[in-house]
Amino acid sequence: MSVIYVLVPVASLLAAAAVWAFIRAARSGQFDDLDTPAVRMLHDDEEESSEKKQAPPQQ
Amino acid sequence: MPTEVVAASAANSARRVACAHCGLDVPAGLVVEGAERQFCCAGCRTVWDVIYGHGLERFYRIQESSGAAAQPARTTGRRYAELDDAAFRDVWTRELEPGTRTAELYLEGVHCAACVWLVERLPRVAPGVIESRLDLRRSLVRLVWDERDTTLSRVARTLDSLGYPPHPARDAKTRQARLEEDRKFIVRIGVAAAAAGNVMLLAISLYGGAYSGVEAAHGTFFRWLSMLFAMVSLAWPGSLFFRGAWAAIRTRTAHLDLPIALGLGAGAIAGTVNTILGRGEIYFDSLTVLIFLLLVGRWVQHRQQRWAADSLELLFSLTPRLARRPSGEDVPVEALRVGDLLEVRAGESFPADGEVTDGASTMDQSLLTGESRPVPIAPGTRVCAGAVNVSRAVQVRVEATGTETRAGRLMRLVEEYSRRRAPIVRSADRIAGWFVGVVVSLAVVTFFVWLRVDVSQAIDNATSLLIVTCPCALGLATPLAVAVAIGRAARAGILVKGGDALEKLARPSRIVLDKTGTLTESGGGTIEWEGDAEAKPLAVALEATSSHAIALAFQKDPSAGGVHRVDGAVHSPAGIEGTVDGRAVAVGSASFAARRVSETPHWASSAQERFTSRGLSAVSVVVDGRIAAVAGVGNPVRADAAAAVTELRRHGWSLAVLSGDDLGVVISVARRVGIPPAACRGGVTAEEKVCAIEAEVQRGPVVMVGDGVNDAAALSAATVGIAVHGGAEASLAAADVYLSRPGLTPIVGLVTGARNTLWTIRACLAVSLAYNAAAATLAVTGIIGPLIAAILMPVSSLSVVLLAFWFPTFGEPPCP
Repeated sequence: MSVIYVLVPVASLLAAAAVWAFIRAARSGQFDDLDTPAVRMLHDDEEESSEKKQAPPQQ
Repeated sequence: MPTEVVAASAANSARRVACAHCGLDVPAGLVVEGAERQFCCAGCRTVWDVIYGHGLERFYRIQESSGAAAQPARTTGRRYAELDDAAFRDVWTRELEPGTRTAELYLEGVHCAACVWLVERLPRVAPGVIESRLDLRRSLVRLVWDERDTTLSRVARTLDSLGYPPHPARDAKTRQARLEEDRKFIVRIGVAAAAAGNVMLLAISLYGGAYSGVEAAHGTFFRWLSMLFAMVSLAWPGSLFFRGAWAAIRTRTAHLDLPIALGLGAGAIAGTVNTILGRGEIYFDSLTVLIFLLLVGRWVQHRQQRWAADSLELLFSLTPRLARRPSGEDVPVEALRVGDLLEVRAGESFPADGEVTDGASTMDQSLLTGESRPVPIAPGTRVCAGAVNVSRAVQVRVEATGTETRAGRLMRLVEEYSRRRAPIVRSADRIAGWFVGVVVSLAVVTFFVWLRVDVSQAIDNATSLLIVTCPCALGLATPLAVAVAIGRAARAGILVKGGDALEKLARPSRIVLDKTGTLTESGGGTIEWEGDAEAKPLAVALEATSSHAIALAFQKDPSAGGVHRVDGAVHSPAGIEGTVDGRAVAVGSASFAARRVSETPHWASSAQERFTSRGLSAVSVVVDGRIAAVAGVGNPVRADAAAAVTELRRHGWSLAVLSGDDLGVVISVARRVGIPPAACRGGVTAEEKVCAIEAEVQRGPVVMVGDGVNDAAALSAATVGIAVHGGAEASLAAADVYLSRPGLTPIVGLVTGARNTLWTIRACLAVSLAYNAAAATLAVTGIIGPLIAAILMPVSSLSVVLLAFWFPTFGEPPCP
């Protein structure tokens, strides 16, 4: 069971890496606006399909 | 055939034409016969043209699927020349790489998913714009554009033509600092969550090991690891509570951080000692979870306060930051002195209060008053900062600047009142003061009582008391219950800015209503006619040129839409005059009409009196120099008003009406919904409203319901200000609550919801206090050890969380 002395620190390091990634994300502004991306995501998805069908605007 | 005539006229009066942009009814006077698309206003037409011109009609499908309420577009037609100024450019915009710049602008009128879509398609509409990102909650757009292809003013004009008038966002530095603060908070929560999760994993192994047996070396290893994680959590995210507690000690005030820090400190010391000595409990699992949960509660509260502050910023961005001297030199508004001469071009906002010295134009005061009809200005006219100069350049002599302007005074009032507000959290802090005293004395007493039995037993019991009574639920209950209630209210169309508004609305007090929009149907109404029927089409044709409330009523008349030639219509606040089919026609108030005729016949003055006494506005129609008819124009009382008033009364609220309308009209409307005439005041100006509200507040809590920015000061002076649907954008900043559905029924929903929320908070506090009392007793008597205490503590938090979610507060909105 002495493998635990290796595995637990390795797992802790993995957790630390995840925390580091989270901190980077937060500091780069990923969590500044939590409302708009929720609606934006839906638009981008739909647009692809509708734009293909749609004729270019006449002007 | 008479039957056909009847059918035709019935169809005519029932005909409803929907605006192609916003979907609201088009006033009959504006319906263009035979046209494929109809528009309710020039703003909607402009926006529709831009949207279709660029192939962005998917906007309407998104709006439909998002289920957002339609809003008529508000375009101002301003030129935004000040945005290109070198001085402005240096302060408000930032260079990203050579040639491209970025800036942030507040947008009026963004409200739904379709707005996000449209604003972010800006690069397709405005060439030169590289990126456009909208923050929906803050109404803030971040633009990146290529300086070689476009200018910021051109981009601003495009946004304006889409129905989103932009304003430069105030003070980029403050906002950046706030953003940094928010990010730090999120990092803290993330670290606390990671620490808590890992310690819990180790704790499960340890608890499991306590029953099924564990190698001593492994147990020690896990305990040391737990300590490592807990120390990270205590030193980084947890430091917030220790700093708060230290500040509370220095200022000698009771703060919730104090008992929290005490519990955390006692647990940490006891845990560390036990880890080093290799005996007893280590508590680290409870401590890390506690830090995480408390931070979540704080974050929820913090976000609500930030929202309130953000909408206040919007109000401050409404007046321009730069002014132009007649020499063409630009100066910041801070440098203006009384007596300075300024040039204000068409499409620009007035930067200061003043008097027009040269030039004639019209101005749009809709930001300040909510009234969108342009008012003519000429030398001698007083103009207010924030109003928009519409048609031609004028010169203005400055009379007041900055915070001394009418808009500035109003904003200062709003800021002052909102600062004076005591948040609901205070009551939790009050309880915390008692709490910490009782807990600490109990711990000391416990320690000394058990000291006579055994030293380690005494330490154990005192520690379990401190841990078990940690005010976790106390700190979590209030913010959580309020956050859940605010979220549910938002889904029901009620936007609540802070928990304190809910606390105040829970106890019945006095509601002061602004008559228009809350008691009556808005936008036009019914017309009663007395006199020459042939004059009616003439009056209707003339009124079709105006967007005044009374004119809207005329436009809804079945006889509207006929073909008439209207020439030289002149608008003034009291009425309109012009030539219709070659005849001189004037429509307006009694005094307006009296100035245009040699005498007012007896039947006309008695008709005027009769209409006024019934709560209708009397409008006289003058044709070719004599009074041809008198019309009674009024807004019908809302169908739900009387029932809602009765319902509010039943809950113990008393109602009053404070309106700018004529007292006779106010009383008559109030009587029909069951409000006694004694509680009515009419003909009140915006400034008088503030005084009246202040006087009422002296006597007790007052809830003010109103729209428009001119009500903003009164809204913020009241204990709770409620802005109603359709009001001016900036009144949102002053109000604590914004109702997105019209009428009185949402107010009933609001006060019931507020009462339920307060009950939820009380239930949460009661459960947590009762739990603490029971657990403390068990700890003091030594029945439960620190292990059981550590398990019971999260259970108490969990029960409070579940209670906050399960308790019904705001119901779902009734189907419209």
